[in-house]
Amino acid sequence: MTTRVLVPSGVLGLGFDEDALWRGVALCPDIIAIDGGSTDSGPASLGTGTSKYSRASTKSEWRSLMKARAKANVPLVIGTCGTAGTNSNVDWMFEITRELASELGQQLKVARLYSEQPQGRIVQALHDGRLKPLDPAPEVDPGTIEKMTHIVALAGAEQINEALATGADIILAGRTTDTAIIVARALFNGDHPGGAWHGAKIGECGALCSTHPTSGVIFIEFDDTGFRVTPLADKARCTPYSVSAHMLYENADPMRLYEPGGYLDVSAARYRQIDERSVRVEGAEWTPNPAYCVKLEGAKPAGFQTTLLAVLRDPHYVENAEIWAGKLTDFLNNEITHRLQIARTDYVLDLRLMGVNSVLGAREVQQGTPNEVGVLCIVTAQSQEEASEIAKLINPFLLHYPLTEEEELPTFAFPYSPAHSERGAIFEFALNHVLDLDHPMDAFQITVDEI
Amino acid sequence: MMKLRDIVDKIRSKNAGPFWVTVDLFCESTAQYEALKDQLDIKAVAHLVQISPVSIKRFDLDDLKVVKISFPRPIVQGHTLDRDQHGAQFAHLLGALPLTDST
Repeated sequence: MTTRVLVPSGVLGLGFDEDALWRGVALCPDIIAIDGGSTDSGPASLGTGTSKYSRASTKSEWRSLMKARAKANVPLVIGTCGTAGTNSNVDWMFEITRELASELGQQLKVARLYSEQPQGRIVQALHDGRLKPLDPAPEVDPGTIEKMTHIVALAGAEQINEALATGADIILAGRTTDTAIIVARALFNGDHPGGAWHGAKIGECGALCSTHPTSGVIFIEFDDTGFRVTPLADKARCTPYSVSAHMLYENADPMRLYEPGGYLDVSAARYRQIDERSVRVEGAEWTPNPAYCVKLEGAKPAGFQTTLLAVLRDPHYVENAEIWAGKLTDFLNNEITHRLQIARTDYVLDLRLMGVNSVLGAREVQQGTPNEVGVLCIVTAQSQEEASEIAKLINPFLLHYPLTEEEELPTFAFPYSPAHSERGAIFEFALNHVLDLDHPMDAFQITVDEI
Repeated sequence: MMKLRDIVDKIRSKNAGPFWVTVDLFCESTAQYEALKDQLDIKAVAHLVQISPVSIKRFDLDDLKVVKISFPRPIVQGHTLDRDQHGAQFAHLLGALPLTDST
């Protein structure tokens, strides 16, 4: 049977075309599905369990979607709530939903699908040989697992379908794969599995698969041989090129996509323009795995940071910025060792020359003389106090350090006071592994509330 | 000397999860695409990015006139020493790859 999925945007928090959303509601979707996060912005969201998007903008977009859901009278599902999909992210989204239900006068059944993993379960899985590294994977042992502040498993279609089976109006899911929320209903309805997973992958970033990537809203129709995708903003079109090229985006392998329970192969897919704005796709294949596994993500603390910024404008220093930064770094490391008694292995001092090679570092091949050079000084230490102590030691030298002993003391530009900024705790990704499960729900929990 | 950016239409790079980067080289014409396939040397890419050539995956996608190369990030996204969280500046590094004319 046909399954019609309305995808309002690639992620909640980026905005979408409101008129296009209501056009989608008028097309009578079976489900409204939107993503709420990813690892795209780095480990901080997972490390802290907090959203990278503003609460107010999230609430304003969610308000529109809750109104659209009420009109369409179908389930509204969000995957990877609050950026990282931790339990705290899901509960944050639940509070927003509860406030809106009251403001909009809606009575709702809300299911929460939790994806967070207790450390004990992962340590046990390591012990039992059920934790398997992907390529490349960080080293893990029980000690590193116990340092992780949050570990999440990526739910697939099976767990989303369990949540849908509760009959909830709204499903707030923890970490899921990007495709899970879009594919679940189509698989439940028995649509072509290759077409269903392929369509879900094409639709996971909303209108990014169209000629107007920022317009957000798309409509996907799945059936027993493939899928059709249509962007709903005024001028947006899908073309065989825009759709097939989306398989390249953020994918290391453009032909094969691994998901819980199997993999998708799109090498035999055919893309056909069927009207001015829609593309029809058939030919992708889904191969189920004999065993069921889910991917894990984890973040662990990586110290505390304090940064300083200075700008060199004196042409003599601009021209010799790399030599100057090298001498200053050596001098500072010596001062930190002797005056602060902090061992070299207990902190990282990193001077990045903006305008020279701050992005590519030693790989930079382009040379030239800029007007000015920004010196971003990043200190990472074991505690915030220590990082700021080091930054304060650095302060006068970053302002006045001369290239040679014979020259007059220079004064560089500090753009603000105080010159140092505390960045707080920082995190790093600590898992690139899969977890074998006997049953898909073994690592996930669902709770249901009437609000 | 010709650089990679001189023979393709567009270069895009992006993180593909925290542990990988992927670079898409887009061509407009078949002639451009054939020249790219011919002249792109993975060993030279590896040298520029300072990684092992065996870690690089290459996909020649005829229908899209795209060559895609993916490799594990030299520094994992968000690590203390990471300089570009989203990996989008690798496109500019690869754009400067010198080409050896095979004709």
